[in-house]
Amino acid sequence: MLFSINETMGQYSELFMLLAAGTYTVAFVAFAWDLAKSSKTLRAVDLKAAAAAKVPVSAGRVGASEVGGPAGHAERPTSGPTFAGGTAAGDMRYAAERRAPARVAVALSILGVLIHAAGVVTRALGAGRVPWGNMYEFLTTGAFVAVAVFLLALIRRDLRFLGTFVIGLAVIMLVAASVAYWTPVGHLVPALQSYWLVIHVSIAVLSSALFTLTFAMSALQLVQSHRQKTLAAGGTDKLGFMRLVPDALSLENLSYRINTVAFVGWTFTLMFGAIWAEKAWGRFWGWDTKEVWTFVIWVVYAGYLHARATRGWTGTRAAWLSIVGYLCVIFNFTIVNQFFNGLHSYSGLS
Amino acid sequence: MSEPVEAKNKTKTIEDAKAGAALPALGLKGMLRWAWTQLTSMRTALFLLLLLAVAAVPGSLFPQRPANPAVVTQYIKDHPDYGKILDAVQLYDVYSSAWFSAIYLLLFISLIGCVTPRAIAHYKAMRSQPPRTPKRLSRLPEYGTLVVPADAGIPASRAITDAAALLRKRGYRVEVRDADGERPSLGAERGFLKEVGNLVFHTSLIGVLVSVAIGGLFGYSGQRILVEGDTFVNTLVGYDQFSPGTNFQSSWLQPYSIQLDKFDVKFDRESPAHFGQPIDFTAQVTTKENPGAPAEKKVLKVNDPVTLGGTSIYLTGNGYAPVITVRDGKGNVALQGPVVAKLQGDNYYSSVVIKVPDAKPEQLGFAGFFLPTAFVTEQGVSFSGDPELINPQLSLNSYYGDLGLDKGTPQNVFELDVKNLTQLNGRDLPAKGITLVPGKTYTLPDGKGSISFDGVKKYVGVDIHHNPGQVSALFFALLAVAGLVVSLYLNRRRVWVRTGTHDDGRTMVEYGLLARGEDHRLAGESAAIRELFQREWQLAPSAPETSDTVASTNTKDQ
Ligand code: HEM
Repeated sequence: MLFSINETMGQYSELFMLLAAGTYTVAFVAFAWDLAKSSKTLRAVDLKAAAAAKVPVSAGRVGASEVGGPAGHAERPTSGPTFAGGTAAGDMRYAAERRAPARVAVALSILGVLIHAAGVVTRALGAGRVPWGNMYEFLTTGAFVAVAVFLLALIRRDLRFLGTFVIGLAVIMLVAASVAYWTPVGHLVPALQSYWLVIHVSIAVLSSALFTLTFAMSALQLVQSHRQKTLAAGGTDKLGFMRLVPDALSLENLSYRINTVAFVGWTFTLMFGAIWAEKAWGRFWGWDTKEVWTFVIWVVYAGYLHARATRGWTGTRAAWLSIVGYLCVIFNFTIVNQFFNGLHSYSGLS
Repeated sequence: MSEPVEAKNKTKTIEDAKAGAALPALGLKGMLRWAWTQLTSMRTALFLLLLLAVAAVPGSLFPQRPANPAVVTQYIKDHPDYGKILDAVQLYDVYSSAWFSAIYLLLFISLIGCVTPRAIAHYKAMRSQPPRTPKRLSRLPEYGTLVVPADAGIPASRAITDAAALLRKRGYRVEVRDADGERPSLGAERGFLKEVGNLVFHTSLIGVLVSVAIGGLFGYSGQRILVEGDTFVNTLVGYDQFSPGTNFQSSWLQPYSIQLDKFDVKFDRESPAHFGQPIDFTAQVTTKENPGAPAEKKVLKVNDPVTLGGTSIYLTGNGYAPVITVRDGKGNVALQGPVVAKLQGDNYYSSVVIKVPDAKPEQLGFAGFFLPTAFVTEQGVSFSGDPELINPQLSLNSYYGDLGLDKGTPQNVFELDVKNLTQLNGRDLPAKGITLVPGKTYTLPDGKGSISFDGVKKYVGVDIHHNPGQVSALFFALLAVAGLVVSLYLNRRRVWVRTGTHDDGRTMVEYGLLARGEDHRLAGESAAIRELFQREWQLAPSAPETSDTVASTNTKDQ
């Protein structure tokens, strides 16, 4: 029943992880370069067009006011000032302009994710089981899923403005895994030997990857909202790179949609966790520290969904809730796993 | 969707409040109504939700009594300055505390107050016809027109019935108005399930809460340690520890039995980092549903409980139980059998306490350690080098005197109270400590008796649970998820179509769409409907007149 450990595979895996981290680092630089360079080019194009046509800078680009939110639900802080120009198209479709650095960055990310996939697969083969049984594996597999989800999302939408964030985070996760959480391939402790590990943890990792995207978008939404207000009031644009980023309301709407998916995923995480706890410990809920935090995260995101339907709570406040929810996810994963005693002590770091 | 209702109620309450000021008799009623509208508002729901999240956190910061009462007692001892204060505000019983309960009860009252009127309103909406056709369809977020040539032979009345049939097929509920008039029109609506999903979701949460409460009232759980060969019978005395639900009656226990035949542990011998870590526990058991029933062989593993007599039996712990024989000063056997050794450290380094109340003339007690593979460092510190029985060894100190068992105060079996005992053996005494390997006997000093180490057995710890709310909790949780998904991904939409005939005989068709709530696919729906019409009337595909298709459209009607 138990496969035997293959150390050589394990070593290959670690090599792949390092190579992936290296490739991502270059991709990260390319994404950052894209933000710096393309926003400048865009600005030049816009200014030229404006000079030629003597129309407001943003002609052709979608202004915030055109895109509705849950109207009637709320005054909308982000859409308050009617704002034109200075942001990317709200529909987040690929535009005609070619952004060479962004293309390089995406190509490198794809290369990185393939190497990363090899790392995850060899880890699984080396251990003869799913590659998420301890902190090292949660991090390496989690980073892989985050990048993969991001790249898949790129097929439908131009979210390349999130690249620096997502790829940067993947680099941090891989480095942290290799430096702080390194654990050689090994068997699972009996408590984790269950098919519920496959179901429960895979959904948790997937939801977390989606929450990562929405966290980045909510943070950008706050910045963009602030910037839009400044610009609308005639202020100077100090955050030029933000012109590659869509307007605050579009960010809010897309992150809401992704958050609904992630919330359903988290609901499953919670439920499957409860079912597994029932199988393993005889009670489906016992307010173990890990259970507490899974619950807290669920309630915060439920609050977020409510906020989107509550007068005065959409826009900026909802974005803050999405950010707080993600901070709880991070806290749950790092601090709770390591420093809180509970039944879920399988960080592999004993 | 509760917003307009809420807004209406609010203005009403202000009036009520004013009325209340004038008429003191209405004051209380007005106040109550005000409180109720406040409690059932979205803002309060949001506030209570966030409060619930915050209130749950301290339970992960401080030790919790239900999980481990001993740790709490120790924590209070270790923090004399604030340990007691935390206790006073129920921070060791967060999830049964008055404040935590208050938050979730308020939340659920708010939930009921919110869901009920919404359910009634939605029931009415589902039975009524789609709203009348707006005068100017072009104001709707999605709008388009089509022109059917005069020679197609499709008059306005025919066009509207065609459109109605198409929309019906697409799942809309359709009402045709003025079918034979100048400007026939139709109103159509779909997606009533979205609101139903939302209501089901919220109502199911109540179901989950009630199921959990039922478990707490009528369930029970307990623990028992079983040495190889032991049999547990499901009666109150059979348990080492038992926690009944609030309403528990002992007659509910079905007297089944479970015997531990054999217990095997497999250790990791492959990976250097985890060498010696257990990787598999398997218990072979024999069960009987009741004393007269035939015996059955079963396997009990971690993550794989045995179900029996309405309970589930879980494997939660294990260890070694050295088998010993103690003879007293008179030469009689005062104790014989396995003694459960409690895990203390790596490689099954375990502590052993042996109490021999039957020893005469004086009671005997032993305390020390059991090591499955004994090693001794140069400093004389012994440790266990391997979890398996390679070189098992018992090292004990011995005592005689009054064990204090006769007073009736409950005692921890894993602790020896040496207050009224005199030590016989120990590192600092002339007789030194007792070191035994299997098969050996040690004779106590002063003719107090002897102790023999006969062999080693294994034991398991099992948890036994009965939770009658479990199945319905799962049922409602699944229902909640179903409702959630329907509510989040279904869209409630309205379509209106109006037709008319031009002077030159062409038939004009205009249509508009409106979504209730957030609907980013409304533009797609509009395009799909346009295509349906074009195919039906064999028109060449063309883009709708409205230039921009808007990514996300939300408009609140009425
Ligand atoms: C146990 C606490 C609650 C939880 C966990 C919860 C959770 C949720 C979630 C996840 C949603 C979004 C999905 C959906 O639309 O079905 C939602 C929506 C909604 N909830 Fe709750 N809820 C709770 C209590 C309440 C209460 C007390 C109210 C009423 C005051 C309420 C009113 C609503 C409304 C009106 C919506 C629809 C929002 C919209 O139109 O987009 N909920 N709730």
